[in-house]
Amino acid sequence: MTVTTLPGLRPVTRTAPVVRRRRLGPGRPIKFGAAIGPVVLLAVWSIGSATGWIDPRVLSAPWTVVTTAGELISDGRLQSNLWTSSQRALVGLGLGIVLGVVLALISGLSRLGEAILDGPIQIKRAIPSLALLPLLILWLGIGESMKVVTILLGVFVPIYIHTHNGLRTIDSRYVELAQTVGLSQREFIRRVVLPGALPGFLLGLRFAVTGAWLSLVVVEQINATSGIGYMMELARTYGQTDIIIVGLVLYGILGLLSDGVVRLIQRRALTWRRTLAS
Amino acid sequence: MAPYAGIVTRNLVRRYDDRAVLDGVDLEIAAGEFVALLGRSGSGKSTLLRALAGLDPEVDGSGELVVPENVSVVFQDSRLLPWATVLDNVVLGLRGAEEKGRQSLAEVGLAGREKAWPNELSGGEQQRVALARSLVREPELLLADEPFGALDALTRLKMHALLRTLCEVHRPAVLLVTHDVDEAVALADRILVLEDGRLIAEEVVDEPAAVRARLLDALGVSV
Repeated sequence: MTVTTLPGLRPVTRTAPVVRRRRLGPGRPIKFGAAIGPVVLLAVWSIGSATGWIDPRVLSAPWTVVTTAGELISDGRLQSNLWTSSQRALVGLGLGIVLGVVLALISGLSRLGEAILDGPIQIKRAIPSLALLPLLILWLGIGESMKVVTILLGVFVPIYIHTHNGLRTIDSRYVELAQTVGLSQREFIRRVVLPGALPGFLLGLRFAVTGAWLSLVVVEQINATSGIGYMMELARTYGQTDIIIVGLVLYGILGLLSDGVVRLIQRRALTWRRTLAS
Repeated sequence: MAPYAGIVTRNLVRRYDDRAVLDGVDLEIAAGEFVALLGRSGSGKSTLLRALAGLDPEVDGSGELVVPENVSVVFQDSRLLPWATVLDNVVLGLRGAEEKGRQSLAEVGLAGREKAWPNELSGGEQQRVALARSLVREPELLLADEPFGALDALTRLKMHALLRTLCEVHRPAVLLVTHDVDEAVALADRILVLEDGRLIAEEVVDEPAAVRARLLDALGVSV
């Protein structure tokens, strides 16, 4: 703004043109922006395969992958392998969740339990469960129990860590409240401790689900005779990249789906939290 | 001693690290009496309240203490369990008290909010739920530790009126800990001043203006 004073006149105010500032942020969001990257990738893959620039021995064409998937479904191989894999993952996950929660409760609710359990589990946490494979194979052989136990070992640690942390970080003010309203030990655990630790448990569950798929991929490539991993290993020996890609896509879908399920559970179980976020 | 619906303490002492935070407190509150406890920060107000609430079993101390069996506490923060609905918070630890809980919520003006989560309520509303939670237990003694300290001035005035009304209906003995002289004068029948763990002044609220001036004087504030 400039002020000009002329003799005998009142000051005149003139507004300077507004300076348009350069925008520093990344700008407005693009519609369907999240889809652009994958579509470009798919386009490059298709063009590469169509022009012969991508050797089908290195990477099959997208349409070959689709037809192969169709064939695998129609002869039932895909379903049966998917079923075996899901079963392994679910059994390992289920047992791991139970073990993790039970250990977390023992160690979170009693000092003695914590003294005995927490140390070994923290040590176990430092060792990647997949590093235990040689030992597990020696102990359990190469059958189903080895596979389930490996998945279980990968699952129970995150469940334990986050549930235990949730139990231990419950606000002491709520403990005081429980005392003043005269809650019994049982009611205290049911009304305060367990719901207070639920967010921690569900966070652990998300890590656990990811861990279960990871362990599954590895154990299915060791002497398996069924499962998605076996299907892919077999395809490797015959150089069938199309089947390998089908397996990868399956793993991807399973991972996304299961994460979605956990998030749905989280949203349902933690409605009281959503009110904060919204 | 025989059960008594008020409070009696004789030579109550509480020590933290050999420092006597309460240094011989003699206190009597009759059934249905509303007493405010004033004091500066660190005067021992909260320690006294915690002793009366039985929240200090590990603290070193001595003296006689008689409190009624049924004591409710209202804290400075509403202290509602965020994962329980408003009604569940009110009847926490009570069996089959849903209907009484609803009535209690209606009394504090929150009828219809039974299913809400605490996080959906304003600060004043949360504190009203906390009041409902205390009153639904029909306490003989209500201990309140700066219950309105975190509220804005207008909400606080409304809460004063509400607390007054509720106490006239339910007639518990009340000990309200506060550092706000005006709040004490507005609410209490009798006001005590605590300093360095001792009760140094007592005022019956008859002429509010004069009482206020004397209390400020006792607290070392010259106006």
